[in-house]
Amino acid sequence: MAKPTQIQLSHGGGGREMAELIGKIFFDAFDNPILRREEDAAALNLSGQTAFTTDSFTVAPLFFQGGDIGKLAIAGTVNDLAMMGAEPQYLSCGFIIEEGFEIDKLKTIVSSMAKELEKSGAHIVCGDTKVVPKGCADGLFINTTGVGRIVRPGISVRAIQPGDAVILSRDIGRHGAAILTAREGLELESELTSDCATLWPVVQQLLAANIDIHAMRDATRGGIAAVLNEWTKAANVGIDVEEKLIPVCDEVRGVCELYGFEPWDLANEGTFVIALPKQAAEAAVEIMQRHGGCDSAAIIGTVSDEHAGKVVLHSPWGSKRYLELPQGELLPRIC
Amino acid sequence: MPELQLKQLYDGFRDPETINELARQIKQWASQLTEPVYMMEVCGGHTHTIMKYGLPQLLPDNIHFIHGPGCPVCIMPKERIDQAAALASIDDVILVTLGDMIRVPGSQGSLAQFRAKGCDIRPVYQPLDALKIAQENPTKTVIFFAIGFETSTPMTAVLLEQAEKLGLENLLFHINHVLVPPAIDAVMADQETKVNAFIGPSHVSVITGSKIYQPTVDKYHTPVVISGFEPVDVMQSILAIVKQKVEGRAELENQYQRAVTEQGNLVAQQKVDKFFEVRDSFRWRGLGPIPSSALKLLSEFAHRDAEIRFAARLPVKEIDDHKACQCGDILRGKANPKDCKVFGRGCTPQTPLGSCMVSSEGACNAYYRYAGVE
Ligand code: SF4
Repeated sequence: MAKPTQIQLSHGGGGREMAELIGKIFFDAFDNPILRREEDAAALNLSGQTAFTTDSFTVAPLFFQGGDIGKLAIAGTVNDLAMMGAEPQYLSCGFIIEEGFEIDKLKTIVSSMAKELEKSGAHIVCGDTKVVPKGCADGLFINTTGVGRIVRPGISVRAIQPGDAVILSRDIGRHGAAILTAREGLELESELTSDCATLWPVVQQLLAANIDIHAMRDATRGGIAAVLNEWTKAANVGIDVEEKLIPVCDEVRGVCELYGFEPWDLANEGTFVIALPKQAAEAAVEIMQRHGGCDSAAIIGTVSDEHAGKVVLHSPWGSKRYLELPQGELLPRIC
Repeated sequence: MPELQLKQLYDGFRDPETINELARQIKQWASQLTEPVYMMEVCGGHTHTIMKYGLPQLLPDNIHFIHGPGCPVCIMPKERIDQAAALASIDDVILVTLGDMIRVPGSQGSLAQFRAKGCDIRPVYQPLDALKIAQENPTKTVIFFAIGFETSTPMTAVLLEQAEKLGLENLLFHINHVLVPPAIDAVMADQETKVNAFIGPSHVSVITGSKIYQPTVDKYHTPVVISGFEPVDVMQSILAIVKQKVEGRAELENQYQRAVTEQGNLVAQQKVDKFFEVRDSFRWRGLGPIPSSALKLLSEFAHRDAEIRFAARLPVKEIDDHKACQCGDILRGKANPKDCKVFGRGCTPQTPLGSCMVSSEGACNAYYRYAGVE
């Protein structure tokens, strides 16, 4: 009998099909001694302060310019650890797969997960697979949970202080714009790719250089608008940002024009913001700029003790306004 | 598909030096004004530009903006949203509409709330997306809840044309297209109005031509300047209005010559005429019924008219706004969002009481999001 090319309900049934799926696809890709032991739970050696995080990924479409749901599921969780100054170590991975999903697609996704794992050196040490009847999930959902050793304790929103500089690692809005164009079938004059990337290597260099980081956050859903607003509220400070210093590529700007969005509201998957003492800012930017993907890193603003709880955006022509949190679902304007 | 040159959409129209120079010239001219200018930007898109780019901060005190009724979401009366919800609640109906419309509260809740209850309601980016949905769901009835001013009507017309051509019988329409000039008349009919100049939306005139505003100029002796949506466009238009006022002129001017002609897009106009006719009257939110201010399908397309096909199931009770809500006065240019007692307190974009707070083109929403920094 020919091998099925699509996921069947039996692949989640706990029997032979499931064992084959896990053995052939997941174990091959994620191979490591802890996983190979196939115990009910992974036995880990952890020492010192540990960061622990989880995230579920339900992106549509599953494949986009610059990545896929697999790359996203690894980069996303690893980045959450990195933002705490933690070296990503062990990940768990849960798949919820819709019946009928193409096995080849699953293989592609799993191999991009394996490739992304190499960038931080983390390992998948346990996992779970469920298959749900057609119509109960949109193709594939992935949950990843991760732990990491905190290399630099004390990185926290609560450490942000008036006078701190705010650094942005690269141009913004790429992931949101790439997903939108993939969904809408928009043909752009040049390729717009998601910024989806693992941030640990650049963070590692910042820590190695002993840069005194107060807070760090990757600007995912809600964009940098969400991060900056959360910071002002959590640390009870104000943040002033200069619009002209925020890098935005032409394609993202164009998409924003078409749909009436603003780049600071769009999601990123490999872009982060740092708050740190002003004196340390230039050195940090220099380190980041040497790093692929961060060559447009820039100081974009300052933390102040005025207008606590608010982000103020300064326009290039001297007017200013509050930069609010993006609202609910991002919907395009009508007129 | 031709290559999209997106950069051309905005490049050059946000140049700080140009904006500052225009601000300087406006100040110079405005110092010669004998009375303040109250210019109404008819369209919500302009309100948005003005607030988003902080333009009032660059202008002298004798120049005031009054926000007009030109936001298709803001002016939608609750009963029309109730009708959309009723349609969406029918078995095997997919209701398709544009963007923000799904957030506007009707008397029984917003379409987003109806969607959460299980109705199949889909916000789309452009009307033609409804075509695909209808093709992919042959056993369902897809109803396009069509909204918008002169700008969006041609796109609904194209959708209709396609549906006819393909013989797609399961695509129906609930038409809520409205017209700008009758709304201007309604604003000016109010004895107390302060409005003494208009900024006209360029995208409307790309379709209709600049000619539709000549009657306004003649009737009310007010300048009308058709303006693009970039900050440089709006600043240029303000300068043009101030110059007219200082020189005692009241003329129709076209700032947006890069796309607006006197006659407009005749092909688009023909398409609209092929499918639509003017309604006797349409009730605008906050403004009440305005004669000849909206469109409906021509009778030969009655087979596609959800208002006719489902007439028995559509609620018709007219429902007014929450008592505290001042959207009506705001849309008529008699109040500013901050005059409303619940602004930013009982009424925020997350919990809107009125539709001016819902739509990203609404005046209250623009004030809330972009309020100048004190
Ligand atoms: S603030 Fe809210 S309630 Fe007040 S006028 Fe605006 S939309 Fe209506």
